[in-house]
Amino acid sequence: MDVVDIARLQFGAVTVFHFLFVPLTIGLSAVVAAFETWWILTRRPELLRLTRFLGTLLLINVAVGVVTGIVQEFQFGMNWSSYSRYVGDVFGAPLALEALLAFFLESTFLGLWIFGWGRLPRAVHAACMWVVHVGTLASAWFILAANSWMQNPVGYRIDEQSDRAVLTDFGAVMLNPVQLVTFPHVVLASYLAAGAFLVAVGTWLFTRKRFRADRPMYLTLVRVGASVALVAGIGVAFSGDAQGKVMTEVQPMKMAAAEGLYESRDGCAPFSVLTVGSLDGERERWSLTVPCLLSFLATGSFDGSVQGIDDLRAQYRATYGADPASTAYQTGDYVPTIPVTYWTFRLMIGLGMAAAAGSAVIVWVTRRGRVPTTRWLAPFAVALPVAAVAGSSFGWIFTEVGRQPWVVFGVMTTDHGVSPGVDVTSAAISLGVLTAVYAVLAVVETALIVRTVRAGAPPATDPYDQGADEPQDRGPVLTFAY
Amino acid sequence: MDLTTGWFVAVAVLWVGYLALEGFDFGVGMLLPVLGRDDTDRRVLINTIGPVWDGNEVWLLAAVGAMFAAFPGWYATVLSSLYLPVLTIVIALVVRGVAFEFRHRRDDRRWRALWDAAIVAGSVVPAAGWGAILATLVAGLPVDASGVAAASVGLVLTPTAVLGATVTVLLCLAHGAVFVSLKTSGDIRARARRVAGVMLPLAATTVVVGAVALAASARSGASIASMAVAAIALAAAAVAVRRGREGRAFAATGLAIAGTVAAVFLALFPDVVPSTLDPRWSLTAAGTASSPYTLTIITWAALVLLPAVVAYQAWTYWVFRQRIGRHDIPVGH
Repeated sequence: MDVVDIARLQFGAVTVFHFLFVPLTIGLSAVVAAFETWWILTRRPELLRLTRFLGTLLLINVAVGVVTGIVQEFQFGMNWSSYSRYVGDVFGAPLALEALLAFFLESTFLGLWIFGWGRLPRAVHAACMWVVHVGTLASAWFILAANSWMQNPVGYRIDEQSDRAVLTDFGAVMLNPVQLVTFPHVVLASYLAAGAFLVAVGTWLFTRKRFRADRPMYLTLVRVGASVALVAGIGVAFSGDAQGKVMTEVQPMKMAAAEGLYESRDGCAPFSVLTVGSLDGERERWSLTVPCLLSFLATGSFDGSVQGIDDLRAQYRATYGADPASTAYQTGDYVPTIPVTYWTFRLMIGLGMAAAAGSAVIVWVTRRGRVPTTRWLAPFAVALPVAAVAGSSFGWIFTEVGRQPWVVFGVMTTDHGVSPGVDVTSAAISLGVLTAVYAVLAVVETALIVRTVRAGAPPATDPYDQGADEPQDRGPVLTFAY
Repeated sequence: MDLTTGWFVAVAVLWVGYLALEGFDFGVGMLLPVLGRDDTDRRVLINTIGPVWDGNEVWLLAAVGAMFAAFPGWYATVLSSLYLPVLTIVIALVVRGVAFEFRHRRDDRRWRALWDAAIVAGSVVPAAGWGAILATLVAGLPVDASGVAAASVGLVLTPTAVLGATVTVLLCLAHGAVFVSLKTSGDIRARARRVAGVMLPLAATTVVVGAVALAASARSGASIASMAVAAIALAAAAVAVRRGREGRAFAATGLAIAGTVAAVFLALFPDVVPSTLDPRWSLTAAGTASSPYTLTIITWAALVLLPAVVAYQAWTYWVFRQRIGRHDIPVGH
């Protein structure tokens, strides 16, 4: 392994880990804000209980999401300093804006929300969580704009004097066609994950005998969660479809790699749902295919033509020359790792659709106040957020591996982005230590979430005396304490 | 002032903001075992910074993000050459961040002792680490003709780095002790004032040593003047603490941190990373700066956003302005 391999492995590992927490943070912040607003409007006590219960789960989740985000901000300079020097003029601005606009909002208003119960007027307190949610969306916007630029670089030129990429049109970077389809896809997938999480928590609790008294409350949670997940899931499918078409335009190799399609097809390219064959996808033994579906996914027409890997490779060689050569790629090979792109593409779609379909089942079995008591219901519900979050992770692995060997498509290859001054030992220590720390975090985090859910929603008293909207002068200094 | 100089100042201001704000919550973290005699004491201490520490930490992300956007070569060279020191700081911040949230989730002595240790280590390491890195930056890095400096741990195993680390740790301890005396009531407040009385002269002494070391390398008069302001501010803080004027003392320790951090950037300019191999290879603000177009974009963003950040963070401090004591800590959980 050289520094490139280690740095890539680290980037993949810490980014996927970070992104396990991001969808729930985005989705749950909206859910908590909505439940609190609903409580303020109706003053139904169970809505306050749910707000505080979900708030606790959100905070445990945010803790790990925030700290793993810190690593991301430093990683570009540590492991990818050549990349940072070369594209920092373009790529740095969205990162700086993310900190200035999004991170400050999220952290400050989350602090106000946590400690502000009974201290801030009711409406202001709920508004704090809405601001946190806006912060998470702003954060997603800027980081996805940065990533979309790597997929489809726009609004820049290469300055020959300094040999660096230089920003020429900030608006183009913010409104990159890839960004415009990626942002809704990622945000809707986050709502899907959060909705599925509510279904899992609610279902697990209402099927326990000891929580029988709270059944109506947990059913509310399940119904809300399943509805959100179902609507978001449909949105994920449509936005993903739009994304596929933009991807075919700007990164045709990624679409070809998603199918492992070597030979170009003039029309009605089939999509294989499953394939058994050689690992590189060049020979297949058995496959389950849907005729013309790939053409539809790529172009929107069942008769659209789809370029294959072989033609695209020849085109890229002609355009970009023999480069890249690295340990991971043969000279002149512009093809990503096909088994990875092939399977992650299917897992992303399959798991995402399974989470949405599962939510539809939950909506159906709880219709008109029905209380299902089937024993399989709890494990079924718990599987839904797992599927949704795993689908998100596979989506990221697909889109990042599918861009290889480029770090910025057509501009810089990944092996050229790595830090020249960093030795293998340092890079390996970094990978090892981060992996170990993240493994411990994963265990503690999971244990705390499970423990909190199993205890159920604790009783909650109105922190505002006698239903007043304003905090009381002689109220307690701390209604919440670490 | 041109845009490049303006952004050099902006990066300096963000670092000043970061260390002046997170400086006191690092101090509170380090003083956890000193000022906190039992779990309730320690909860009082943690709750003085509970609502604000995370917002303080974002100043670091803003400072580093601004370096990336405005001076990519500065960002890239510092982080890749001071690789393992930066990694150590980042890991410490990760552990510290989850510790605040995880600690109170279980009422178990060993569990809480574990996260207390994480808070202490997670506060000492970044405080010392940033001090070592900022001092090393003034001394320079082995930047070669291509603008790259090879990674090496040895870069921060120097007397300069140790001095830098000592200065920041003592400044944070003093700043944190004064903050606790300002934000608590009862015995903890009295203990914090005694600790501040010890830490302030120690911090002032190391700041003076730092100023002398800086003068020996004869870089910039303004830089040494800035250190002198810091030392005077620490002396003023000591007087204010003795007179029970904790608010003024806190403003003075904040000024001391600002003066010390500003001295680093005044000593650097117009370089951002002096080369220890050949002065001609030093990275300069002008040489590493992003294009005027990029700088213009982020200037507008910063001019709109930063005042808003300062306003709503100030509001947070206002909302949570009351002193807290042992009787305020809810029983259980």
